[in-house]
Amino acid sequence: MTTASWEHFPHDADIGVRGIGATREQAFEQAAVALMAIITEPAKVAPKEMIEIRCSAPNDELLFVDWLNELIYEIATRQMLFSRFEVHIQDHELYAKAWGESMDVTRHQPAVETKGATYTALRVAQDPDGAWRAQCVVDV
Amino acid sequence: MDINLFTLQSECQWCIEPHGNMRVPAIIYANEALIRDMDDKVHEQISNVATLPGIVGAAYAMPDAHWGYGFPIGGVAAFDPAEGGVISAGGVGFDISCGVRTLLTGLTRQQIEEVKSPLADLLFQRIPAGVGSTGRIVLSSQEMDAMLEGGAQWAVAQGYGRAEDLERIEEHGRMEGAIPANVSDQAKKRQRKEMGTLGSGNHYLEVQHVTAIYDEEIAKGYGIQVGDVVVSIHCGSRGLGHQIGTEFLKQMAIAAGQYGISLPDRELACAPIDSPVGQTYLGAMRAGINCALANRQIITHLVREAFNELFPGIELPLLYDVSHNTCKVEDHVVDGRKRRLFVHRKGATRAFGPGHPDLPEALRPYGQPVLIGGTMGTASYILSGTRENEALSFSSACHGAGRSMSRHQATRTWRGREVIDELASRGILIRSPSYRGVAEEAPGAYKDVSAVVEAAHQANLARKVARVEPLVCIKG
Repeated sequence: MTTASWEHFPHDADIGVRGIGATREQAFEQAAVALMAIITEPAKVAPKEMIEIRCSAPNDELLFVDWLNELIYEIATRQMLFSRFEVHIQDHELYAKAWGESMDVTRHQPAVETKGATYTALRVAQDPDGAWRAQCVVDV
Repeated sequence: MDINLFTLQSECQWCIEPHGNMRVPAIIYANEALIRDMDDKVHEQISNVATLPGIVGAAYAMPDAHWGYGFPIGGVAAFDPAEGGVISAGGVGFDISCGVRTLLTGLTRQQIEEVKSPLADLLFQRIPAGVGSTGRIVLSSQEMDAMLEGGAQWAVAQGYGRAEDLERIEEHGRMEGAIPANVSDQAKKRQRKEMGTLGSGNHYLEVQHVTAIYDEEIAKGYGIQVGDVVVSIHCGSRGLGHQIGTEFLKQMAIAAGQYGISLPDRELACAPIDSPVGQTYLGAMRAGINCALANRQIITHLVREAFNELFPGIELPLLYDVSHNTCKVEDHVVDGRKRRLFVHRKGATRAFGPGHPDLPEALRPYGQPVLIGGTMGTASYILSGTRENEALSFSSACHGAGRSMSRHQATRTWRGREVIDELASRGILIRSPSYRGVAEEAPGAYKDVSAVVEAAHQANLARKVARVEPLVCIKG
């Protein structure tokens, strides 16, 4: 059984996010944690408030970019950070819950803004080891 | 990169001959050391740009080129709509019209040294910087549309800055053809509280002093000499531009297939200039340009307010404002024929030479100021456009240093507090809301901006005029 995890991978100017999980949904959830970790330490973000996110796209990869971009939009307009995610996907329709709290500059020490998720190094697939990996580069 | 992949056309001009689906050659301007250090992705990406329909002349990369999204950062390409030319959201980038403007202070370094610490505090207090910072100006929906149509001209009419600033901004401060209705409600919502904010990442506001002059005559024309203090602002179109980029990247990725354009890389998403998607993007992207121009104009006003508290009556005139993520319609002579082209500059600065009609009279004899941002610990440069560049890369030059180290590696190498202390010991005061942000932007994480500028000068893309070094840096 794959352990759910996330990591960053290098890009010249920006930063790559990768979520790993036993399911596609789990990989999407972990990649969202990786996205938050660009901005702050996810452990510093209390899952106090819940918001809902819906999006759809013609395939898994475009759906993954849409998912991250919806989160980037919510961070920017609600001035919130998130730390816990629950993703459901059916027929390329994504429904998710994200838990977090209002941004506190002193406590969260946000390092950099996320401008948008890109199609660079974009990949969503189940690898031969059984793990799902979802990744792309995020412009900061 | 392997230099054997190129044909060396002159000392600083490296050519990739057309192969595969390339319609034109690709040309990189750099010296051998910079070429060897460049990411292999630059070769791949600039070759891919050369495959796009309607491309004219060649696909160009500047000396600071690095791995971008579809286009390399430091990429320049011009397209002719009459030949099926395309417009690409990736060729403009997420931060539409990100750019640099420089203000002259008329002060000397000594005058700044006497108030440096309170000045740094005051600027940090007045100019919102960093993640989640909001401006004092919240726009209603009608005001938002007026700003998107009017750019810096709108800002001046609202009392931010002065009318004489406008002639020293590209497009006289207002990009024609902006269509606010083409900008989504989401993009406008993302911008609502972000007017007059610096942003984060590599964006900054610096108080700098001139440490070297390379061309006395042009420097005099620009009004700068050694020991002078200037203020430089580097930022862009904030959340609005990012959201426009995000939305049209997806629309164009889907549209390209419908128009029979085969993309070697999804991120090169584009659409014919004359198509509905192309035209809609053009109207939205131009609104994004106006947003960036208005934003830098408002920040200029805030900077002037802060300086006036310490130096009553000071004016801080604008030297110039350049954008480095744009697509603009320009006339260029290609093979002896004047053509109207859509010139994409992704991480590249427009660099019009002396005599160009778009330059204000006071600058016309010298060529357009080309403002190159460095890091908070090294230097920035002021260059001037050359006449020769019209034949080199549609009058375009480099825009900055470019990273040499990932953000992750930078945070493992440096601590923000140590970077701030080290710079303070060298007389450079940093103010930032985030230590981690400072570590990620540590000077050592960037390439040598001097090498990039030297190559641009050698290649005749632009002439070196002055070197400036930071005294105070407000980092987002």
